[in-house]
Amino acid sequence: MKNYIKYIAVLAIGFGFVACEPEFDTPIDEDGFYTSGEANFSNYVSVGNSLTAGFADGTLYITGQEDSYPNIMAEQFALAGGGAFTQPLMNDNVGGLLLGGNPIPGFNPRFVLATDENGNPGPAIIGQTPTTEVSNILSGPFNNVGVPGARSFDLLFPGYGNIGGLTTNPISANPYFVRFASSPDATVIGDAVAQSPSFFSLWIGNNDILGYATSGGSGVDQTGNFDPSTYGGSDITDPNVFAGAYSQMVEALTANGADGVLVNIPDVTSIPFFTTVPTQSIPLDAPTAAFLNDNFALYNTVVLPTLVNFGVITAEEAASRNVNFVEGANFPIMTDDDLTDVTAILQGPPAFLDEATATLLGQLRQANANDILPLTAAGILGTVINNDPTLINGVSVPLADQFVLTSAEQARITVAQNSYNTTIQSLASANGLAFADARSALQQVANGGVTFNGGTLTSTFVTGGGFSLDGVHPTPRGYAFTANVLLDAINARYGSNIPGVDIGNFATVTISND
Amino acid sequence: MKKVVSVFVLMLVCAVTYAGGYRVSLQGNRALAMGHTGVAVVNNAELAFFNPAGLVHLENKINLSVGGFGVFADVSYQNAQFGDATSTDSGVGTPVYLYGSYKVSESFALGLAVYTPYGSSVEYPTDWAGSHLVNNIELQSIYVQPLFSWEVVKDRFSIGGGPILAIGGVEFNRNLSRNLTDLDGNRSNVTLDASGILEFGWSVGALLNLDNEDKWKLGFNYRSLIDVEVEAGDGEATFANVPNSPLAPVPNGTFDFTASLPLPAEWTVGLSYRPNEKWLFAFDYNYAEWSAYESLDIDFLNPDGSVALQSLNPRNYKDASTYRFGAQYSPSGKLDLRVGYYFDESPVQPGFFAPETPRNDSNGFTAGFTYNINEKFAIDASFLYLRFEEIDASYDFFTETNGQTAPFRGTYKSSAFAPGIGLSYKL
Repeated sequence: MKNYIKYIAVLAIGFGFVACEPEFDTPIDEDGFYTSGEANFSNYVSVGNSLTAGFADGTLYITGQEDSYPNIMAEQFALAGGGAFTQPLMNDNVGGLLLGGNPIPGFNPRFVLATDENGNPGPAIIGQTPTTEVSNILSGPFNNVGVPGARSFDLLFPGYGNIGGLTTNPISANPYFVRFASSPDATVIGDAVAQSPSFFSLWIGNNDILGYATSGGSGVDQTGNFDPSTYGGSDITDPNVFAGAYSQMVEALTANGADGVLVNIPDVTSIPFFTTVPTQSIPLDAPTAAFLNDNFALYNTVVLPTLVNFGVITAEEAASRNVNFVEGANFPIMTDDDLTDVTAILQGPPAFLDEATATLLGQLRQANANDILPLTAAGILGTVINNDPTLINGVSVPLADQFVLTSAEQARITVAQNSYNTTIQSLASANGLAFADARSALQQVANGGVTFNGGTLTSTFVTGGGFSLDGVHPTPRGYAFTANVLLDAINARYGSNIPGVDIGNFATVTISND
Repeated sequence: MKKVVSVFVLMLVCAVTYAGGYRVSLQGNRALAMGHTGVAVVNNAELAFFNPAGLVHLENKINLSVGGFGVFADVSYQNAQFGDATSTDSGVGTPVYLYGSYKVSESFALGLAVYTPYGSSVEYPTDWAGSHLVNNIELQSIYVQPLFSWEVVKDRFSIGGGPILAIGGVEFNRNLSRNLTDLDGNRSNVTLDASGILEFGWSVGALLNLDNEDKWKLGFNYRSLIDVEVEAGDGEATFANVPNSPLAPVPNGTFDFTASLPLPAEWTVGLSYRPNEKWLFAFDYNYAEWSAYESLDIDFLNPDGSVALQSLNPRNYKDASTYRFGAQYSPSGKLDLRVGYYFDESPVQPGFFAPETPRNDSNGFTAGFTYNINEKFAIDASFLYLRFEEIDASYDFFTETNGQTAPFRGTYKSSAFAPGIGLSYKL
């Protein structure tokens, strides 16, 4: 018998007792295949606003946070020495916030793509109750210090996470930061720096123009006002204020020699919130158009020329204020606060118009192809007011300022944005940091799209795959694309070879009738 | 004896083995040790599988052979572009066989064969990168076959064969798409479960003595195609974690389904040469008609029998050959030593490399022995190491919900071991 055991032993050696798991010639999960280059990803901290937090569908919720671009990047960093990445997760996948058990106004649950009784899909607020209580303070620190709603200077404001600031007037705190601020007087940047990041990302400044844009330019361009404590939520931040805050943050984050990536500000016109509602959107038949033109005849042929004759407005302004409807699709009428307000003048001689008519015509013009209607206008365009068929939004009642982003308002945004982006890029190069051009990347998504394995990512609302149902924030797929853009920039700067992700594996809008 | 067993238990530590597709070529320890040759080898009751025409040539009145294998098959996957890497955790497959023959007269024998020629067991980590193609699959088949063996021309030519009752079963889970989840992020998936499906087939073989000294033999065997048809009511498909929306492809819950999976026909021709009492050489050529496996199409049915959802999965297999070589050396009456080699051609064509049967061409190296305990009993043992080259492959026919195809690419490396042990009895 012993002899045969010998034979078996020979056989066993012959086959070498090959290891259980088949081994690749170059296994990618072994040390050295992916490298961090000059960078060190062991402690990555992400700083920013809603985009960094993983905000989508109008709110923050767990699965969205899990698909935030910093979390996606951290998972890839783990292939080359990246450490654990923690996030201040919400309590549910509903979104929305509670304070003392009561919903905080303006912090609603998420949008989902629901179907109506006829089976037609459309965004709707999910029919579930938020459970995330802001006063339930989480103990950090958290690698992801993205705070939805934050503007550049907010990240430096002590008290931004003070729960008491949620009930002051005006509100001085941010409920998202209240949830995980290390102390009531902590700053966002302070909480980031305290973690001694070996690597950081900073994407801030979007809200310094976005609030103005989404409100249709109803806020104030604060250029020239260097005191951000006087700013409202829909204002444009002064570029010098931005530059000061931004350089202070970069200085703080790099003080310990950390490497990082700075991300610039995309165009507001790259997001479906501003590209979905067509400006020329009022359909009229010939008799209605003729009837309306009769009503505006006096304004076009008498009021406007008279105002020019009296030197109140220029001939150019008069031309821009002409109202003319035609059979087919028409531009709506609107109130433009950049026009000369002639309400008072029209009530005096020689016109002696009644107050209501004068107010209607005071800053009236017809929208044109250079104006942008935000997504919020979709719900009111062409709707009848108080069941009065003579009161139709955009036809007989001008659209309010908040429903039109005029070309003048767009220009203010662009000026500020360009200045911010110059600051960001120059600070990146001055500090030897990676620079991610999110602006160009999103332009590509918006103009024709970006192809991937199994489709094309575009910014078309609902169906494009890139943007969630709030029209502003990306979907998980959009965030995955963003992560790839940042990873490319990081690899280029630091000589690392962190792989991107297959964005086709990431979800788009969430369907649900819950 | 105990020591032999314990050595084999040690050898069970890790291993695998499949032939091309989901054919599991482990139908006898003696044959496997010689590269799974046997169509022209008259040795023991394993002939019931390899060539029933040979049963009548067994010297004894009653011949029994029973045995099994531990199959340790694993697959590693990686994709350097995205940093995905994973390995299957497939457990141990245990194909078994039982063969018997009874010589009714000098020229006629009856037999019975029970064996498991097709099967597959692959388990990836749930929600891995290819989970839209497969999370796990377990495919089983048991063939039960009564046989006859008739010597048509004395000392020259015999035939054999019989009907096959096939019992099939499948368990299969995969995600519905690359990214569909419920509200809480759980991946939407479907589990198919069907077992006890009965189908019929047949096999026939012939054996020819080429010379008068019993040195050269030529064998032929054919086993028919068996289509395992899952009809409505045979099994159930369970959809889970599907979001609550009419926009989802299907709601959560259990559905009847229909599907069809071919267990392909295989024919074998082979030669054996026994120059003297000590040596035996064998060569087999298998041709498996895998082209029968065109597509795995599954219809999920509503209660009224209408189709709720269809899943079309092109496979487009091609017919495939296997070349087998074996040698046996008998130093004494107590012991036979065997070695073998085979080259197994994969039926999977480029672009159709689905991770549920990730098989490329392989080289099988085999060895084993028989120890004759006494006149009646013998222990048969064998060992197979199946070697695969690593391969860059893709499955190009997954269709996204938007109608666009999304190829699934990566590098695969498989390995397989199968130690086996059996018992032969003759009376």
